[in-house]
Amino acid sequence: MHLLYQIFIDPFVQMGSAPDLLVQTLWEGLVAGVLYALIALGFVLIFKASGVFNFAQGIMVVFSALTLVGLYAHGVPAFLALALTVGVMFVLALAVERLVLRPLVNQAEIILFMATFGLTYFLIGFGEMIFGGDPKVMIADQLLLPGGSYTVKMLGGFVQMQKIDIAAAVIASLMVASLAVFFQKTRIGRALRAVADSHRAALSVGISLEYIWVTVWFAAGIVALATGIMWGARSNVSFALEIIALKALPVLILGGFTSIPGAIIGGVIIGVGEKIGEFYWGPLFGSGIESWLAYVIALVFLLFRPQGLFGERIIERI
Amino acid sequence: MFYREAGQFKTSYRDDQALFPILQDQIGIVAILLAAFILVPLFASNFVIDSVLTPILIFSLAAIGLNLLTGYTGLLSLGTGGFMGVGAFACYKLSTYFPGINIIVLIICSGFFAAAAGVIFGMPSLRIKGFYLAVATLASQFFLSWCFIRIPWLYNYNVSASIEVPAQTLFGIPITGPNASAGTRYIIVLTIVSVMTWLASNLLRGRIGRTWMAVRDMDIAAELIGIKLYPTKLLAFAVSSFYCGVAGAMLVFLWLGNAESESFSINQSFLVLFMVIIGGLGSLTGSFFGAALIFGLPILLRMIRSALDLPMTSATLEHINFMALGILIILFLIAEPNGLARLWQIGKQKLRVWPFPY
Repeated sequence: MHLLYQIFIDPFVQMGSAPDLLVQTLWEGLVAGVLYALIALGFVLIFKASGVFNFAQGIMVVFSALTLVGLYAHGVPAFLALALTVGVMFVLALAVERLVLRPLVNQAEIILFMATFGLTYFLIGFGEMIFGGDPKVMIADQLLLPGGSYTVKMLGGFVQMQKIDIAAAVIASLMVASLAVFFQKTRIGRALRAVADSHRAALSVGISLEYIWVTVWFAAGIVALATGIMWGARSNVSFALEIIALKALPVLILGGFTSIPGAIIGGVIIGVGEKIGEFYWGPLFGSGIESWLAYVIALVFLLFRPQGLFGERIIERI
Repeated sequence: MFYREAGQFKTSYRDDQALFPILQDQIGIVAILLAAFILVPLFASNFVIDSVLTPILIFSLAAIGLNLLTGYTGLLSLGTGGFMGVGAFACYKLSTYFPGINIIVLIICSGFFAAAAGVIFGMPSLRIKGFYLAVATLASQFFLSWCFIRIPWLYNYNVSASIEVPAQTLFGIPITGPNASAGTRYIIVLTIVSVMTWLASNLLRGRIGRTWMAVRDMDIAAELIGIKLYPTKLLAFAVSSFYCGVAGAMLVFLWLGNAESESFSINQSFLVLFMVIIGGLGSLTGSFFGAALIFGLPILLRMIRSALDLPMTSATLEHINFMALGILIILFLIAEPNGLARLWQIGKQKLRVWPFPY
């Protein structure tokens, strides 16, 4: 009885008695969710256009952030370093297309998935060799990202909002909006959607697969860079960030592999659910339930909608 | 010229369906087993046995387990490490509750606990497919890892949060704990792995294995010809986790000596998955090849480095190791997406028609 009370009633009593804390937790969940969504966005871009489940997205985040910080440390001005990093991500996209994807064209999905694992291992080793394994500070100030925080008085208490978090939310929304326009309105976007529908049909109407793949990997690289800057500004830039990619996976299955809005909404659901769960129910189980709670939330949704909230409906035929 | 089945006539269905229908294969397998059971313990150094052969055998068993699920039933799983952990922790708890029972029995029994865990986490597999299922199995990995840290009962409330292997003997010879020799443990591992591989190969050739493969090839079609999907998939999860659990228990009790949650992290799951993919999906032989390659590669790199006497810190070596592993995985996938097992097949075929090209 006591346990039931603790699970079903007590957390809500706590929420009601301290609404400012609830708002604070919600806000933090929202921000975390936006950042998860950014990573998931990188996954979705590549999955949509090439059917590759790109496990390397997480390490691409780390790699791009490290490149940026590393260039700056060598005396390159901040914005030039940013431009150069974008260049590096383009070279990476080219290299991946030429060396990994092209030889593996027409292979089973699981083989391509494994190849991105190989890419992950390579980038981990390569990154650590060049930049070293120790954490670095993101050059947020030099990139004119706001520091400090607002404190808002509401509901009989105070809610603190980091300016960088607000910036992250704004940038993420801009990115999603521009990607949506890119996908819906431009010529390349239309070609991307065609490739996603069917490789063969796209080829037959003269769309170059190589060109499309470089484009999406490059786009995913830029998304990774943005994610890396935002995450790096909140904590440090280190290889520990790589695990956030694993955090993005439940977002991905919740939203559906093929849906950009799904990634955003999934990210917010997971972020908020995770923070609320950890804050109000966490002490019951002993802390650290953050590590699997996201997966359980996603699983529950999946049991009702196996293709995710916004995924394309799975139709199976004999 | 020598490897050819010409002139070997089968006079009964039984002969025709034998595990190794070709005489040369029979001779080969007997030779390999003899070498593994007799020559290796006699002549190999302790280093080779303890740091190379024993772990490769143990990982082969884990890879076979995952192969049953991913390669034969077509269910992609990233939770192998967690299931191995369940086996290890179950074995540890069993050995504290039943100190009198022989550890080998307990190792096998702990597989059943892993199987139960596998069935529970395999339940979503009816609704969820493909990569969605892979991510869902990650849930089991993270949840189990969390349990191994947060439930002190599992490691008997000791401070280090690790499980220690009790010393045990069989016929007066120490088989676990610090006094057991590398050779003894190797023999036990080899025996368990051989027997379980043999069981798996028979399981796969029978009705159960055939239903698994039907589900892998197309599950709706399999359902239409009367295969019940749910029990079939759950059975695959159970058997696969059983194998992984036994492998996990052996990993701790017959090789590492002690372990904690970190030994069964997500990286372990990925490593076993590599073994399966590189070795070849849907091949038992391939599981052994894959384990040998993925586990042997770092050892090989280390040996090359000491042979060339390169001035390298161990950190650099570690990074190069990662890069080499990554590149090798990609290269192998490009060269032979069907894994080492396919190369083995091609080699055998070439040998059959030698000296002619076809």
